[in-house]
Amino acid sequence: MRDDGALMAETGGSDRTGPVIEASGLGLTFQTADGPVRALTGVDLAIGRGEFVSFIGPSGCGKTTFLRCVAALEEPTEGRLSVNGMSADAARRARAYGYVFQAAGLYPWRTIAGNVQLPLEIMGYPKAERAERVRKVLELVELSGFGNKFPWQLSGGMQQRASIARALAFDADILLMDEPFGALDEIVRDRLNEELLKLWNRTGKTILFVTHSIPEAVYLSTRIVVMSPRPGRITDVIESPLPRERPLEIRDSREFLEIAHRVREGLRAGHAYEV
Amino acid sequence: MRSFLPVLTVVSAIVAIWYGACVWLNAAWTRDQAARAGEEAGFAEILAGSFSQERPVLPAPHQVAAELWDATVAEELFGRRGIVRTGTLSNRSLVYHAWVTLSATLLGFAFGAGLGILLAVGIVHNRAMDMSVMPWAIASQTIPILAIAPMIIVVLNSVGLSGLIPKAIISAYLSFFPVVVGMVKGLRSPDAIQLDLLRTYNAGRGATFWKLRLPASMPFLFASLKVGAAASLVGAIVGELPTGAVAGLGARLLTGSYYGQTVQIWAALFAAAIVAAGLVGLIGWVERRTLARMGMAR
Repeated sequence: MRDDGALMAETGGSDRTGPVIEASGLGLTFQTADGPVRALTGVDLAIGRGEFVSFIGPSGCGKTTFLRCVAALEEPTEGRLSVNGMSADAARRARAYGYVFQAAGLYPWRTIAGNVQLPLEIMGYPKAERAERVRKVLELVELSGFGNKFPWQLSGGMQQRASIARALAFDADILLMDEPFGALDEIVRDRLNEELLKLWNRTGKTILFVTHSIPEAVYLSTRIVVMSPRPGRITDVIESPLPRERPLEIRDSREFLEIAHRVREGLRAGHAYEV
Repeated sequence: MRSFLPVLTVVSAIVAIWYGACVWLNAAWTRDQAARAGEEAGFAEILAGSFSQERPVLPAPHQVAAELWDATVAEELFGRRGIVRTGTLSNRSLVYHAWVTLSATLLGFAFGAGLGILLAVGIVHNRAMDMSVMPWAIASQTIPILAIAPMIIVVLNSVGLSGLIPKAIISAYLSFFPVVVGMVKGLRSPDAIQLDLLRTYNAGRGATFWKLRLPASMPFLFASLKVGAAASLVGAIVGELPTGAVAGLGARLLTGSYYGQTVQIWAALFAAAIVAAGLVGLIGWVERRTLARMGMAR
């Protein structure tokens, strides 16, 4: 943890109070051959340090688009967006976040350790520190001992864990996750959800998590942002009363079911005009 | 070993068809000879005659094999000008001529592959090159090589370049194209997620090229190198045709056709095929080694 001080200063500082991510009146309109498409409109949202915020909604509701705006992979056409107190693009250049995509997207020609090491190589970490960090994050996602395997030798769940390790390898305190477990089966997904919560507790990162599974959103989040399509917008923001420590059984509790019900109602309301 | 029997079957079938075609194409000559002598050629004579002519329309497989042996091993080991007696390769041996062609091929292939890779890198990274280079590359391949090869030889000769270099340039002219096409495809093969990922690391163009585009292009590179190597050999042979048939497999083909030495032509053709197969096999070996080291061979 030698370079942490310098890196933190660069990424905006971890002692800063106030929201890590702040959007006001945020909108994005894509120009397509069939005319403009409003992917996102009027998004007002402030996310504080250490929060776990889920974005849920049907496809086309702009949840992924919002995440990509935060990551500066898309440029908003309206409104303001700040990440770590700077513009999204400045935050990207300061390597303020780790991004986990829907597909693991590991390089087939690199070992698991080599894949996890990729961002460290690009960011110019010294060799000894790279090895140490790789060892640490592989331990964190319970992949110790798989460092020398190639991606195709691992199951889909393990590949996705490796891609999470890759996003954790450098000291970004924001983790953006775009349906990371969408392609996995229910059992693996439960296990990874549990591990992700533990990881969040241990690291204290701010996590933005896109999903279209209601139980997943309720189980993981401190806040759930319900979105609806055409145009993509926020219809409800639900604060979760669940404690930070959440065993899988909590999904049978009354509070859990109540929140899930409210999310479902929110999703239905957003869809009402279409039916 | 499992593929041994099927391969043997196919080879036997080809040889059988070849022998059949020999009888069909060469019988006329035996009949003419017999008619001139006022005799009627029987089936046995026709059969024997078809396989033993000095200048048959289509030489029999064993004639070509014998010529290949005589013009390589026998010539070098026992010939008056062979490597055993003189210490240098005989200018009558196919080994010598194949080497002359191969050296031009290798030099041209190195030029062509290098040029192809550089052009592909430029095309992928520069929009102006993307729009301008490809049409010219395609146009260059629509010109018949037989038409342009003598021009290249003449032009280069007038600036004092002759021998190996002009042949290598013709060879490069044919081999750069498959490498450009393959490498452009390979360098563009990473999908949006992989490119976005590097963007989230704020990786520059250099890092994107070395860490993602180049390794991703390797399977494409080797496939196009195999095509390029074969094209390169064709280029070197074509380059030897207008030079007055001094040396090389192309020269052997040309002298063979001057003097109606069909057996010599076929032996030279087989020598060319063996050289090409060797080159492609060598690239395949490097490919397997490289991809295995990259963990991409399963």
